[in-house]
Amino acid sequence: MPTAIEIYKLLPKKNCGECKFPTCLAFAMQLANKKVAIEDCPYIDDAAKTSLQESGAPPIRLIKFGPQDAQLEIGDETELFRHDKKFYHPTVLAVSMNDSMPEEEQERILQQAKKLEFERAGQKLKLDALALRNDTGKAEPLERLARKVTGESKFAIILFGKDPEALRPAALACKDRRPVVGTADKTNLTGMISLAKEGNLPLVVSADNLDELSELSSKAKESGLQDIILDLTREELASQLKDLTIVRRMAVKSSYRPFGYPTLMRAGSGEEGVSRATLGIAKYSSIVVLDVADPAVLYPLMTLRQSIFTDPQVPLQVQEKLYEIGSPKPESPLLLTTNFALTYFTVAGDIEKSGVSSWLLVANTEGLSVMTAFAAGKFTAESVAKLILKFGIKDKCTSGSIIIPGMVSRMSGKLNELTGMKIVVGPRESSGIPKFLKTLS
Amino acid sequence: MGLEIPKQRYSGKVVQTRFGATPEHGGTRGKSYMIGGSDSLPFHAFESEKIVAPLIGMEVVDTLRGMDDVSLGSMGDIIGDPVKWARTCENEWNADFINIKLKSANPEEENRSPEECASLVSEILRATKLPLVIYGCGSAEKDAKVIDAVSQAAAKERVFLGPADQDNYKTLAAAALSNGHGVIGFANLDINIAKQIVILLMDFGVKREDIMVDPLQAALGMGIEYTYSTLERLRNGALMGDSSLQVPMICDCSVALGAREAVEVNPNTGDTLQRAINWETITAQTSVLAGVDLIVVRHPESLRRVRKIVSSLMGGA
Repeated sequence: MPTAIEIYKLLPKKNCGECKFPTCLAFAMQLANKKVAIEDCPYIDDAAKTSLQESGAPPIRLIKFGPQDAQLEIGDETELFRHDKKFYHPTVLAVSMNDSMPEEEQERILQQAKKLEFERAGQKLKLDALALRNDTGKAEPLERLARKVTGESKFAIILFGKDPEALRPAALACKDRRPVVGTADKTNLTGMISLAKEGNLPLVVSADNLDELSELSSKAKESGLQDIILDLTREELASQLKDLTIVRRMAVKSSYRPFGYPTLMRAGSGEEGVSRATLGIAKYSSIVVLDVADPAVLYPLMTLRQSIFTDPQVPLQVQEKLYEIGSPKPESPLLLTTNFALTYFTVAGDIEKSGVSSWLLVANTEGLSVMTAFAAGKFTAESVAKLILKFGIKDKCTSGSIIIPGMVSRMSGKLNELTGMKIVVGPRESSGIPKFLKTLS
Repeated sequence: MGLEIPKQRYSGKVVQTRFGATPEHGGTRGKSYMIGGSDSLPFHAFESEKIVAPLIGMEVVDTLRGMDDVSLGSMGDIIGDPVKWARTCENEWNADFINIKLKSANPEEENRSPEECASLVSEILRATKLPLVIYGCGSAEKDAKVIDAVSQAAAKERVFLGPADQDNYKTLAAAALSNGHGVIGFANLDINIAKQIVILLMDFGVKREDIMVDPLQAALGMGIEYTYSTLERLRNGALMGDSSLQVPMICDCSVALGAREAVEVNPNTGDTLQRAINWETITAQTSVLAGVDLIVVRHPESLRRVRKIVSSLMGGA
């Protein structure tokens, strides 16, 4: 991003005030801080405008697609390592189907895809998109499939094919969702570019090596296309990792514009599909397309995505305090757990399931689970004793005993010594809580 | 047109060290490895003299306590008999090494004696030719005695003993030094603690070549991102030239199967066994991508998959 002074040099310096700022310099400062858009200046000439847009653009272009009320955003990343700041836009996960499949098969995949929606640690995890492949090479079957899935679901759409003419009717049919279209390679680039430009759609470009990919992306850009997605799919994980790393590195470290776009990976299926997708989520893929909708594959991958894309400065956690589950009375059971969001939601859910109103004391373990926090020395008899004092637990909860997670049974002796409370060792797994609480009462 | 690929060269390098002793090195192991030696980020062959493949080991635990139902149901009656288990790791599952966990020494559980632990280690050494990593029960007081006993039982085999923390590093270091073993320092997901334990061990007289770091593996969904970023930061630090971080790293990915979501029966999240294997494999692959040098898994199917993944990351080499 250029500095305010660099921007100022390109402005008309009329101080007209029509941008709602008193001087051009004031406007330049706002622009440098990305508070306003260059378009707010009515008198800037086109050359200066283009130059500013270029230099001010983020290193990786932000692209939006999908249904208008649930748009997906990809790109606009700035880091190679999440610990340096964070990764901003979670990898879009898509499941593929193709237009040569029997209709029952298409229906089965669609139904399976719709079920890929989970509540986890207070967040909703779900499949984002469907990738429709034009295996028939004909327009009509793809259009029919596109109409079917847009009519019956809210997924974002990716259309894959070789022939832009076969893709066009399908693209039109779901134009409200701004589908991603692809794949453009050196054989069909011109036609695919016209298709993308016509509908203002993001275009996937693909090449076997980075040299060629850079050329294709430059050509697409020169043709006036803005939203380009780089297909980085490689056979071996070694070259997959290498190309993803080089593209991200050149985009953010060297501001190499031909690589300043989101990336897409066709992960395939089977165990190779899982390992490619895992690599893609950890290492820079913006979209991962899987040829499988099995929840035993997607649920772990969605969990990985949720984890990798949390803000390292703000792990998923809840506040340290004494929670009321149901409407506990002073003598109701008192349970202990840590403030990792998933741990809290799981335990709270299981207490609710038991139907026994209880107190739940949540310790701040910096968002670590019971097992991890205990191993890391962040959940100890000493820290829990302090917590009991801090929240005046003995006054609020009069049962005189505290139920601790089975995994930390080893703190019993010490905790009893420090607090004088009776220590009851609860189940090792939260799932044992309902039965445990019922037998207690 | 010839794209110029920017290559990152580093001043630092992870030290290399021997793990396991064959007769040539005074032991009885059938295999011995040089571990460590990375001079680049993991699998970055395009900017490395020589990339290093992580070793994939399997755990052998001396108690069934805490074992998940999926493993119990799919790994057979081997679990429960540590000697048979160890033999199977070598002969059927093709593990690179074995991580023995002497959990039953815990005074608040089975409270097995140091002598019993040592004799189990001796038996396993006779049953398998694989190099060993040996972990105590986690109770500092008891481990002092347990690790001392097993260190003697495994004399000259060049095992790695752990985990050493601030409270027990002296006894572990002494046990390792007297029998030519290595020590694994425990880092609590904290880069500063990692540095500290390496420095403490070195001040005590352990050579850097005799140290590994265990940053603590958190399972997928149970804080895996902490482990991922800690590994990346540790390895970056080592490559940037921080000598106290230039040691190999080890992660125990079997914790993945301790996550409830991995092993619970829940039709919404798919077939339990497949999900569990994916859970452990993804946990392991994530750490491998972040630079770990040795990983430990529980399930043989996870081992098979992770081996394929590593081979593919090495470029099929």
